[in-house]
Amino acid sequence: MSARRIFARPARLAAIAPYLWMVLFFLVPFGFVLKISLSQTAIAQPPYTPVFDFTEGRAALAAAFAQLSFDNFHLLISDNLYILSYLRSLVVAVTSTLILLLIGYPIAYGMARLPQRWQAVAMMLVIVPFWTSFLIRIYAWINILQHDGLLNQMLLALHIVSAPVVWLSTDSAMYLGIVYSYLPFMILPLYATLSKLDASLLEAAGDLGASPRQAFWLVTFPLSLPGVGAGALLCFIPIVGEFVIPDLLAGSSSLMIGQTLWLEFFTNKDWPVASAAAVALLLLLVPPLVLYDRLQRRQLEAGR
Amino acid sequence: MPLLRIEGVAKSFGNFRAVDKLSLDIRAGEFFALLGPSGCGKTTLLRMLAGFETPDEGRILLGGNDIAQVLPHERPVNMMFQNYALFPHLSVRDNIAFGLRRAGMARKDIATRVAEMVALVKLEGLEKRKPDQLSGGQRQRVALARSLARRPQVLLLDEPLAALDKKLRESTQGELMELQRRLGTTFVIVTHDQEEAMTMAGRIGVMDAGRLVQVATPRNLYEAPASRWIAEFVGDINLFNGQVAARDHGRLTVSTTEAGTLAVSELWPPVTKVAVSVAIRPEKVKLSRRAPASDEGASRAINRLEGVVTDVNYLGGVTSYRVKLESGAVVRASMANTARLDVDAYLAGQRVVAWFTADDCLVLEQ
Repeated sequence: MSARRIFARPARLAAIAPYLWMVLFFLVPFGFVLKISLSQTAIAQPPYTPVFDFTEGRAALAAAFAQLSFDNFHLLISDNLYILSYLRSLVVAVTSTLILLLIGYPIAYGMARLPQRWQAVAMMLVIVPFWTSFLIRIYAWINILQHDGLLNQMLLALHIVSAPVVWLSTDSAMYLGIVYSYLPFMILPLYATLSKLDASLLEAAGDLGASPRQAFWLVTFPLSLPGVGAGALLCFIPIVGEFVIPDLLAGSSSLMIGQTLWLEFFTNKDWPVASAAAVALLLLLVPPLVLYDRLQRRQLEAGR
Repeated sequence: MPLLRIEGVAKSFGNFRAVDKLSLDIRAGEFFALLGPSGCGKTTLLRMLAGFETPDEGRILLGGNDIAQVLPHERPVNMMFQNYALFPHLSVRDNIAFGLRRAGMARKDIATRVAEMVALVKLEGLEKRKPDQLSGGQRQRVALARSLARRPQVLLLDEPLAALDKKLRESTQGELMELQRRLGTTFVIVTHDQEEAMTMAGRIGVMDAGRLVQVATPRNLYEAPASRWIAEFVGDINLFNGQVAARDHGRLTVSTTEAGTLAVSELWPPVTKVAVSVAIRPEKVKLSRRAPASDEGASRAINRLEGVVTDVNYLGGVTSYRVKLESGAVVRASMANTARLDVDAYLAGQRVVAWFTADDCLVLEQ
């Protein structure tokens, strides 16, 4: 028996594991959500009909199938509450991603140019906030931003403002929270690309007459684009569905889709509409996810 | 006035003195090689010429102007990098045009010059390829074309052939020399490969521990090395330590413990110390079954060493022998295989006489 044969079986089993995971924890629950999204609201437990009952035979199942409807998806399009939520989510995600890029790129660039041993330290500093719970860090921001919070106290003490400024429950506070929370996800892929950049390419650019600024825009930046893409998508995708940060830091005037979902589900108890919104959100996120996957693969191939 | 004058240049990294008060003149149109073992400072010197390192002291004059503090992108000097450093996101054409665009050349002139460079290094038809779609030899040509496109006054080449396999390296050596002759550009090449340096360069500067130990033509470097270290670094050599016993009309008699008394012609400048080494290149040692008659008179005194052949290595063009003398010392001899049938071959275990003339020996201070 060859060595290849001996290793073949466990290797194949290991390869199945991620698919098994996907089926159990994504596809099956998604099937439930999809099914609920095609049902009607009911004052019942669970609060929707039809409910499949596998004990009543094939006829009952067929009847249940026949009751499925696309009304909920129709509602998503006709009631502009949902469309506005989606749009707001997109605007917030795009804006936040741009801010993250503007802040994250210089930090990652600086890190990549540090001496080797300081790079490890800088990396630690980027990761250290993860050691504290995300929720606690957001509550800490509430403390800082509230009416008599640290920020206002400091501004008053320094006589920069004469009366406390409203920070909390504004879009600025929300953007601050999002940028703060997602910055590591932007910095790490950028740093990974930038630190791999061959220093002799910059010397070659200089040798051929490019000033340091030109060398950056003609060599460093184009070669870091895979990292820019990866970082941007890694932030954009979860920000679109973000619920906690806008709920705690933003005002209640306009909602992101995550908040609308939550309201439909827990306040209105309208599971079918909430499910339809979730399905629509997922469909919206598929194209950027595919793009991210493709970028990642290209980067892997380039690294080889 | 030489094109490039290096005056007392020194560079340290921390406590390590990479280049130590080095001075060197390089003439316009010359093919100059900096040769030395790794860590001798040759690459640091080249990087100072390119502007990637700034000398701690000394001046670098190019056409009379001190460029030691001039930034790389403002020097009329280009470099071909050891790993080629091609821009992976740019095509062959854009790589070659990179330096021309920075120089603000007109679009039409750039196209003409790129086509000219592509033809020069025989890369026609590959202009649109990206570096990762090229073979190692093609990448080397792109790097060469890119560094020559700006028509630099001096082209610096950092181990330009190190990444190529042996066959390709040999043909590329020829092409580089041909190109240099045709363009008349001054080439300064850094290499650790003495054969490469000797094949291509008109003059070679040998470096050791940050200093230039000898600057000479390939022939003088090989036949008249300035020190024992250089003699051993460049090519193979047999060395016998001894004392000068007598001196007479340019002829030294050196008594050695390993090879008895040897007659050696003295070179200029004469040795001043008593403790010397007699050096003889293996190809200048002849083997014969019996000692040759010394009927050629005193002008060509012959040294004879009797011994037993211990190793025979047939290498195709030459066969190299190791002959063990009665003192236990080993003499290496290599003989060209000028005939197809092995009429001149010696076998291991055979008693032979290894002989060489006084003129073929070198005497070096220990």
